[in-house]
Amino acid sequence: MGRYLSTLRIFWIASLTAELEYKANFVIELVATAGNLVGSIFVLSLFYGRGQSLGGWSWEGALVVLGVYTLLEGVTSTLLQPNLSTIVAHVRTGSLDFVLLKPIDSQFWLSARTFSPWGLPGIALGAGLIGYAAWKAGATPSPLTLLAAALMLVASLLILYSLWFVLAASSIWFVKIWNATEVLRSVLVAGRFPVSAFPAGLRAFFTFVVPVAFLTTVPAEAILGRASGPWLLAGGVVAAGSLALSRWFWQFALRFYTSASS
Amino acid sequence: MGFASKPVRMAIVRAQGLGKTYRVADKQPGLAGTLRHFVNRRERLIAAVQDVSFSIEPGEFVGFLGANGAGKTTTLKMLTGLIHPTSGTVEVAGCQPQRREADFLGQITLVMGQKQQLIWDLPPLDSLRVNAAVYGIPPEESRRRIAELAEMLELGDELRRPVRKLSLGQRMKAELLAALLHRPAVLFLDEPTLGLDVNAQARVRSFLADYNRRFGATVLLTSHYMADITALCPRVLLIHEGRLFYDGGLETLTQRLAPCREVRLELREPLGAEAFARYGEVEAIEGREVRLLIPRERLTEQVGRLLADLAVVDLSVSDPPIEDIIGRLFHEGAVA
Repeated sequence: MGRYLSTLRIFWIASLTAELEYKANFVIELVATAGNLVGSIFVLSLFYGRGQSLGGWSWEGALVVLGVYTLLEGVTSTLLQPNLSTIVAHVRTGSLDFVLLKPIDSQFWLSARTFSPWGLPGIALGAGLIGYAAWKAGATPSPLTLLAAALMLVASLLILYSLWFVLAASSIWFVKIWNATEVLRSVLVAGRFPVSAFPAGLRAFFTFVVPVAFLTTVPAEAILGRASGPWLLAGGVVAAGSLALSRWFWQFALRFYTSASS
Repeated sequence: MGFASKPVRMAIVRAQGLGKTYRVADKQPGLAGTLRHFVNRRERLIAAVQDVSFSIEPGEFVGFLGANGAGKTTTLKMLTGLIHPTSGTVEVAGCQPQRREADFLGQITLVMGQKQQLIWDLPPLDSLRVNAAVYGIPPEESRRRIAELAEMLELGDELRRPVRKLSLGQRMKAELLAALLHRPAVLFLDEPTLGLDVNAQARVRSFLADYNRRFGATVLLTSHYMADITALCPRVLLIHEGRLFYDGGLETLTQRLAPCREVRLELREPLGAEAFARYGEVEAIEGREVRLLIPRERLTEQVGRLLADLAVVDLSVSDPPIEDIIGRLFHEGAVA
């Protein structure tokens, strides 16, 4: 365990050193993320314009969902996108060989190798929006609520990571998998709104097929202190299940990997 | 000629009846072929490696020869655990490679001339730091090893420059450093001198010999350059069409494989093939340029006569490329 932590530290220091060559990126990223967020809030406000509501959610509640979504986007740009998009390149060039020859878990290496600071503005803005909207909604932060909220956020991250990793890992069979991860990303955009805002059919799809509901709606419920026990449990089960699936799938995919011929 | 498979007790690498069969799509070229393949999928089995047995003792430096597609890389990948054998068994450093246990991975390394593990945009030192962490080498120890290997490789400031700014030779040396930081007991080297100029090749070669002596490491080396093999490997394995054809001393093999050396001549005036028949076997004539094959034992004498008899502008002697030698060998059926 200690070796994994120290490896992670070295990984992230190395990638930060490389990224910080481009300091202007940080400002650009901050402006872009803030612009995106303002746009999303504006779209959301259109639904609430004439005293209507979205799927029974209050304006502040919907803002919490948007905050969770922004936070997830930030984590995506910081960890998921930079790491998982390189799996395809590793498979194509055959440099996956080097990863597999290291005495360290290959899934860990592939998932945590790079840390890109450009998603940090998104994480900060998302957290800020969550805090502000939850306070406006009158949520009372009891230790139990905070714990539930933290657990559901972690669960949501694990689910998103596992989905993405499985998709990226299938590049072992279909080397050109880039488009598929883009499709995933656009489906996830649905997470900007509470899942109850969608028609019944889509709601089922976003809960059982692509678990978008667990990505933003369930954590938001937990933050607002109104998540029911069964939903919390379901969130935990789905997260643990997705993670286990991603690990199993990786081992399975590796059995087919014969590496690009040299 | 010594065939493999006599069991050696101390073996650090042991392959027994090793085989690998690939399933490949049998597809005609062009769009029509692709469509036909899409509807009616046909597959062929290709035996890349068949029934290969050998064993290597600790500290040995063994050359692994074979034409392109003979099965060298496939064998190396089975020895390192990157692909699973279809048949037979492998044992390296007392482990089964395909299980890829940390204990096994910490004892081996693989260097591939065509692939790199160094991070392109960062100096090699950053990649080395990553490797040290992954292999659990304490910082103090890793600094000491980097200094030692850098000295052996004649690397200095290059370790602080981004990899993309290094020459091919410097990059290969840095790759070697990265691959050897954890001080592996068994080195698998796949074309480590590929594309390097003659000087860089010689430097890599002398480093490998030095490393083998200093740390008693076992090395299995594949190379396109005969010079690499002759300089480093007292023993060679020769693989042809997936089967092991020769396992034994290099001396015996060179005499058998390359009894001739190639002499390239540039003449002042073009001459017909009959003019060269008495010096050696004519390989090719292109205008004023001629390539001859002359038996090793008569080389000095014949070159002297060539220079004396003909108007020679330029003359060079080399080993024919290994591909040619091996091609000739099997064409003439000298081994089979």
